[in-house]
Amino acid sequence: MNSKKNGFLSKIYLALIMFFLYAPIGVMIFFSFNNGRTIVWKGFSLKWYEALFNDNRLMGALVNTLLIAVLASLFATILGTAAAIGISNFKGKKRAVIQNISNISIISPDIVMGMSLMLLFTFLGVIFNFQMGFVTVLLSHISFCVPFVVLNVMPRIKRMDPNIYDAALDLGCNQRQAFFKVVIHELMPGIASGFLISFTYSLDDFIITHFTQGTKFQNLSTEIYAMLKREIPPKVNALSALLFLAIIIIMVIINLRDRHEEKVKGEMK
Amino acid sequence: MKSKKLSIPYIIWMLIFTMIPLVMIFISAFTNKNGSFSLEPFQKAFEHTGVFTKSLWIAFISTLICLVLAYPLAYMITKMKRSTQRTVIMLMMIPMWMNFLLRIYAWIILLQDNGPVDQVMSFFGIHGHYINNTGAVIVGMVYEYLPFMVLPIYTVMSKIDGGLIEAAQDLGSNGFDVFRRIVFPLSIPGIISGITMVFVPSASTFLVAQYLGGNDDKMIGDVIESYFMTDQNMASALSLVLMVFIFVFLVIMNLFGDEEAIA
Repeated sequence: MNSKKNGFLSKIYLALIMFFLYAPIGVMIFFSFNNGRTIVWKGFSLKWYEALFNDNRLMGALVNTLLIAVLASLFATILGTAAAIGISNFKGKKRAVIQNISNISIISPDIVMGMSLMLLFTFLGVIFNFQMGFVTVLLSHISFCVPFVVLNVMPRIKRMDPNIYDAALDLGCNQRQAFFKVVIHELMPGIASGFLISFTYSLDDFIITHFTQGTKFQNLSTEIYAMLKREIPPKVNALSALLFLAIIIIMVIINLRDRHEEKVKGEMK
Repeated sequence: MKSKKLSIPYIIWMLIFTMIPLVMIFISAFTNKNGSFSLEPFQKAFEHTGVFTKSLWIAFISTLICLVLAYPLAYMITKMKRSTQRTVIMLMMIPMWMNFLLRIYAWIILLQDNGPVDQVMSFFGIHGHYINNTGAVIVGMVYEYLPFMVLPIYTVMSKIDGGLIEAAQDLGSNGFDVFRRIVFPLSIPGIISGITMVFVPSASTFLVAQYLGGNDDKMIGDVIESYFMTDQNMASALSLVLMVFIFVFLVIMNLFGDEEAIA
């Protein structure tokens, strides 16, 4: 009927949404090449990139962010996968209680979680004589990541054939082989998406880090926060441009790999 | 494999890092400055009822706008070729990977006086201020959380059995009927979880209003944060009230959808 017209309208609509999503990023990238300090165009320059790379604090914060994200998501993935397998062996009410407690940290607002963890760490800090910093941020990040891993691994366990572990044992695997080569292999898609979500959340976190960072530790978000409090430095634009580039590269790689895998699967069929 | 022991580390972990901290907030909310039991923190917290109403209002409007924008978008995406669908979803995700603060900062640049938006509008002869008001806060919220609305609705819609739609058409339904009687009812779980994923963080976030809003656009997250250093008990009381609001909201949402859609 009028499906052609609908197709055209939906393309326009999609284009408008994409414009809304990307215009802010585009503007930041544009002004990252500006020779002036403000949003008045004063000619092309790479000086903000130079300023960015010479900013040791910001570079240090970037390293901290990546380090925390890698460690927190690795640790959360291990803890969460083990927990999901363990929880799946509970029955009925007990299981519901454990899962609900796990979901509390997903549901509760970041600000409440950050504040509650800060109360805990200040309290423990007085007793054991330590100050908040890298370790407390890491512990907090692990805490908010694990529930997402559990949530992603759980459905895979439900869908898995419960006899697969025994079958591996019957076919001559020892317990460790049966666990790592068969069970973990089966759960891998869930584990991988749990890891990816954890990594993303950790990378992006501002609020919880803000509350648990102490006085010396900074990650990227808290460092940008501190910068924006003082002035609006144009090197933040350069940082955005570079981050955007990195994200695009990672996304393209992931996408190409997925396509390749699909092709391989298609050929196998 | 059959062992429950594997979950013990996590159960201990939750006890230390989820349960005890929440209990501490609870205790702190019922304590006054001298350290004895008191309802004083709540009395002070209720002086901020206006901020609460405003936060919930901003979150409600943002969620509504997200829903109105996202629903047709999700529907359109499901109509595309499989490979195009994936690319579009990826394009929706990419801005979310940018740092949260950088995304807000981008809107400061865009909306400031003499900024790009102002210049474009001035070109058409419209003069105004686009930042430091509630509208800017809502735009920022929609920008932050729109993908959280699109993704769950899209996921649910793309799972709808095409056979159902064909069957309805064979039985004489027109396009609108198919939508009203099949696509829409089956997409409700996605709508519910989208609303949850947008409303909860936008009601409780801080900074967006601080950067984009005016003086009277404080949100509850900003108030909690600003009192945290000076009056921890009152900040705890506010947090508890916020938690209660969110739990009530989730329970109401639960009545509409099945549990799995929320989680």
